[in-house]
Amino acid sequence: MNEWLDDDIKPGNNLSKETIDGDIATLNLGPTHPATHGIFQNILKVDGERILSSEQTVGYIHRAFEKIAEHRPYNQITPLTDRLNYCSSPINNMGWHMTVEKLIQAEIPKKVDYMRVIIMELARIADHLICNSVIGVDTGALTGFTYVFQQREKIYELFEEVCGARLTTNVGRIGGFERDFSPTFHKKLKDFLKEFPKVFNEFDNLLSRNRIFMDRTINAGPISAERALEYSFSGPNLRAAGVDYDVRVMNPYSSYQDFDFIVPVGTQGDTYDRFQVRQEEIRQSLSIIKQALDAMPEGKYFADVPEFYLPPKEDVYNKMEALIYHFKIVMGETPVPVGEVYHSVEGGNGEVGFYLISDGGRAPFRLQFRRPCFIYYQAYPEMITGQSISDAVLTLSSMNVIAGELDA
Amino acid sequence: MGKITDGKVETIDYQGFQLTTLDKAIGAARANSMWPLPFATSCCGIEYMATMGSNYDLARFGMERMSFSPRQADLLIVAGTISKKLAPILRQVYEQMAEPKWVLSVGACASSGGIFDTYSVLQGIDRIIPVDVYVPGCPPRPEQIIDGIMNIHALVKQESLRRRYSDKYKSMLNDYNIETDVK
Amino acid sequence: MSNSTITNEFALARLSAKFGDKIISSETPFDLLTIEVPSADAHEIIQWLKEDEVLKVSYLTNLGGVHYPTDKDREFAVVYHIHSLVNNFRIRVKAFIPLGNPAIATITDIFVGANWMERETFDFYGIIFTGHPNLKRILNEEDMDYHPMRKEYQLEDDTRQDKDNRFFGR
Repeated sequence: MNEWLDDDIKPGNNLSKETIDGDIATLNLGPTHPATHGIFQNILKVDGERILSSEQTVGYIHRAFEKIAEHRPYNQITPLTDRLNYCSSPINNMGWHMTVEKLIQAEIPKKVDYMRVIIMELARIADHLICNSVIGVDTGALTGFTYVFQQREKIYELFEEVCGARLTTNVGRIGGFERDFSPTFHKKLKDFLKEFPKVFNEFDNLLSRNRIFMDRTINAGPISAERALEYSFSGPNLRAAGVDYDVRVMNPYSSYQDFDFIVPVGTQGDTYDRFQVRQEEIRQSLSIIKQALDAMPEGKYFADVPEFYLPPKEDVYNKMEALIYHFKIVMGETPVPVGEVYHSVEGGNGEVGFYLISDGGRAPFRLQFRRPCFIYYQAYPEMITGQSISDAVLTLSSMNVIAGELDA
Repeated sequence: MGKITDGKVETIDYQGFQLTTLDKAIGAARANSMWPLPFATSCCGIEYMATMGSNYDLARFGMERMSFSPRQADLLIVAGTISKKLAPILRQVYEQMAEPKWVLSVGACASSGGIFDTYSVLQGIDRIIPVDVYVPGCPPRPEQIIDGIMNIHALVKQESLRRRYSDKYKSMLNDYNIETDVK
Repeated sequence: MSNSTITNEFALARLSAKFGDKIISSETPFDLLTIEVPSADAHEIIQWLKEDEVLKVSYLTNLGGVHYPTDKDREFAVVYHIHSLVNNFRIRVKAFIPLGNPAIATITDIFVGANWMERETFDFYGIIFTGHPNLKRILNEEDMDYHPMRKEYQLEDDTRQDKDNRFFGR
């Protein structure tokens, strides 16, 4: 039953007399371990509490997204993107929709852009909240987690109001949204914007200047800006190291150029900086949502792309063209231009990219997801070498490695 | 005196003691103090976290204490996709659990492979370990997960203490090629 | 669309001046400069792109493989997306390699982060990155005997009994 283990880490072997006398022990952290928040295996060589080296095994939740994508029509790929980084599904959904819209060169109304920005920033808040509160849990502060999780539920309720689903939202369509934001949504969002900052500030006060928390997180798992760039880091982890690369600013999509926000950067690239960068990003996201709400343009909530955008149900029942388009879209028989497109959005963890090659068929010829987790998790051994085991656990949770995105 | 009607034991009106069978007393104790082992791999794991969180509060059902060690767990909650690479690990975790044990399969992936009918995903955990309750959904809502747990409770309450010695149980484990130390 | 500080034409001219006919072809689909290079020279060109003082294309965004089963001797493509954060300029470099000898030089010595991306590409397509420090499967089990992303292999697992093949086009 233990074939999957290396010889030197079979149960009972890791504490043999020789290893103890040699002062170097092998510790198998994972694949199922309470501290890892997911299925990751790390085989650590430790000298007492200090980590000398680490070897990772990934792929425990490999679900073959890229292969499935080659067999599904374009609108059926949205549910797959949900399950990449499931803490912030809407960002992935919208990223995919924008990729296809780029390929078919659709003109997107400003209103859709703004609606997308609101949903994406809500998702970013949800993503960062889970990461930061889990950092709290790993330092021993469970209170913050249970406290902000109530607010996360509020965000879920908002998503439910827009699309009916909580976590794997599948929100929006290629070309826009299935319906306009309802009055209930606006009311709930207003309540959220009023209530959340209070709770969030309390959460911030609980941890940010907490001596115990600071002592635990400062200098835990640091990485320099140069190394982070070498490793192709992106998102909050790169910004915590001091590089102000944010896709929203550098290559604005979905009208992000209209909004005024700050890209926070850290200096040390350690756990504390990653925590602080995410905290600040939550505040910036709130500000972006407010700006988008205030400046919400008039107009339609979908683009004029009948070949891709499912027509409203009343039209399907009453108009011939709508019925035909409905049928073609559902069966995945819409013609798609031949082309090659790369589009990226700023996901919860960094640059989520979609490299799409279309040969004109009903499904993409090749669709590759640039998954930020997969790319930056390989720097983990380097970041924890020389650190203690408890710091390694903190580093893992502060990098926000999401198994679904890591293993695709 | 308490009456026994239709095999049911009624409580005695007198103060101080109650008459029931050992099976039921222990069943009730077990059901209300389960130690779950969350084997959360992906999206369903986040919904399971929401179930544990303050809004849905799993602690109401005596499940406050998550047991991350299989040796002290009663209920294995498999939430999320199980790939073929992970299958032997899940099986090992199940084998490490002590009797009595129950399994809750949360979500479409764990129950049947879900939308991931691919070369790398195990098409349902019931191919490698026996499952007591399936919770559908991709991912299921916390209410659904709680409903699944309620169903587990119902099972636990009515289960015989000697189930593990029964031929039926042994032959089921035998079908899965799982060794048991129960003689 | 793009707010890059250097234009595709300028970058292409600079590349051509240095490498001449090693740039087999170039196009700009959706405003992204795409060049095709011989697989033997991909390493050199990527290294130059990183070290060039004007272009500074020094951030590896993505690396992946593509399988074109019908193109004789050009069955596999390795596609590099590289980004210049200083100039906000992206370039896509493609190198085609034949099915008979699917090998290309690793770029892990240029970008450390290419390590896992190359391992994933090897896992999916069986493309050998020569000189890679640890070229083994990453996502699939190590004893898997094929490379699943190649077009000839099917997606499904074939062990599922609840699906009627007639309804799934199989």
